[in-house]
Amino acid sequence: MKMDRVLLIAGLSIIALLLIMALIGPYLNSWTYYEQVLQRANESPSSQYWFGTDSLGRDLFTRVWIGLRISFMIGIIASIISVVIGTIYGAIAGYFGGLLDEIMMKLVEILYSIPFLVYVILLLLIMEPGIKTIMVALVVVCWLGTARIVRGEIVRLKEMDFILAAYSIGANYWRIIFYHLIPSAIGPIIVMVTVTIPEIILAEAVLSFLGLGISTPKASLGFLINEGFQSIRSYPYQLFFPAVLLTLSMLGFNMLADGLRRILDPSVNK
Amino acid sequence: MRYLIRKVSSSLITLFVIITLTFILIHSIPGSPFETGKRLPDAIAQNLNYKYQLDAPLGEQYLNYLKGLSKGDLGSSIKQENRTVNSIIRDGFPISALLGISSILIALSFGIMLGCITAIYRNKWLDMGVSLFTTLGISIPGFVLAGLLVQMFAVKLQWFPPALWHGPISMILPVIALSLLPMAIITRLIKASLFDVLGQNYMQTARAKGLPYSKVVFKHGLRNSLFPVLSYLGPAVAAIVTGSFIIESIFSIPGMGKWFVISVINRDYTVVVGLTIFYSTLLICINIIVDIAYAILDPRVKVWDRGIIK
Repeated sequence: MKMDRVLLIAGLSIIALLLIMALIGPYLNSWTYYEQVLQRANESPSSQYWFGTDSLGRDLFTRVWIGLRISFMIGIIASIISVVIGTIYGAIAGYFGGLLDEIMMKLVEILYSIPFLVYVILLLLIMEPGIKTIMVALVVVCWLGTARIVRGEIVRLKEMDFILAAYSIGANYWRIIFYHLIPSAIGPIIVMVTVTIPEIILAEAVLSFLGLGISTPKASLGFLINEGFQSIRSYPYQLFFPAVLLTLSMLGFNMLADGLRRILDPSVNK
Repeated sequence: MRYLIRKVSSSLITLFVIITLTFILIHSIPGSPFETGKRLPDAIAQNLNYKYQLDAPLGEQYLNYLKGLSKGDLGSSIKQENRTVNSIIRDGFPISALLGISSILIALSFGIMLGCITAIYRNKWLDMGVSLFTTLGISIPGFVLAGLLVQMFAVKLQWFPPALWHGPISMILPVIALSLLPMAIITRLIKASLFDVLGQNYMQTARAKGLPYSKVVFKHGLRNSLFPVLSYLGPAVAAIVTGSFIIESIFSIPGMGKWFVISVINRDYTVVVGLTIFYSTLLICINIIVDIAYAILDPRVKVWDRGIIK
């Protein structure tokens, strides 16, 4: 089997497995993610607590899947929103060209050249903490890459004959952009979604790790890792499980993105 | 030369936009930065506002801020007395820079080496192994890796100190944790572009002239495949800056990244803004240097660049 197929299938199966577990995992045993049994804090993995308990006696198995669910949710929703914004922005800049294009892309370039996590942190300081805020802050910085890629595609595509044909039968620019140009650029756009998801999951994990993300009792993977770090010496398993899940989800999405890119983008050498 | 002037001036505009943006953002926060839950007596609040010039109209504050920045004064902390952003940078930057530069150098040397080896030998298993390494390197988050390293080498084996900053031995683990991601990306870039370059006609010409293979690869091949790595250097520095926030906090290294995180948690706005501007300036400078290096190494770039801007 070719390398790209292997990557694609392996990535997809990892993600599918994690997604299923994120959906059903919290209900597989009788514990809830917020119930505290203080007498049984910091218990090692056993037949009763499959992944052990945390410092407040909450079941880590349930918490880990809830955390994965929240991380996935933030990653998928935020990346789809940011890719949609980036696509529309890039398509408008690429189609109209000229001064508008230059100003719009200059803005992207300026925003692109600044360390983006620093700005997310700045945004988080200003806005109310919470899941929505994190998503907004991440979307604000994550659409830039898509805007660049889509603009490049549109500039290439708009010179093609089928656009001229559409124009000559009287299609207006709205129709040309949304019915002809964007559907033709769908390959790179899908790749951008799969590239952006792990980026956002990781960014969210970093923010939660720094204490800027989700607040208790809800948890994302970064938050759980942060908790695990505080007891790394005595109870390393508390760090191990969320860390492995975060790494696995990054691995899955990266492999999927890589495989898709190799298949959809002929310029990547195999 | 004109190219250089245009680059620098556009960077200055970028920097100006960044400063204005951060200023607006930070002043759009509702409430006073001195609110800590307790109500301050009005006289004290007024005095504090006076000291940090928060009572002036916004336009004047902005001008004062710009004036301070032009003199290299990034402002002072509102949470810790006698601490200025400049003093934080003075104390923290040498440490962070040492850490960052060694990470970049290690990432570059190992990345280029690994990339060359895979591109030259074209061995299926070697290729698979290196691909596995790069995929893992890109996927393992820095703080997970740091945790793993601390657990293995500091707690279990006790080869290295788990934290703090005592001489070169305590640098090893943080540098590994910081350099793995750029190392993996550089390996990929070199591998892909060297594959490409080795298939070009001029490589065959060089071989046909009778040059030894090693010379062909390193002198003609590698030089031309370094350009993608060069343009990756800007993002690499950005990755190391953001990585340093976490790594320095985990290993309690008294660098700038740790200070940044502390100020974020304490909501010390002026320090966060000052450091943000400092980081942005650093990155912009690095981008300029990369652009200049590009222009020097590849004479085609100037013509090409003019074409692409138009």
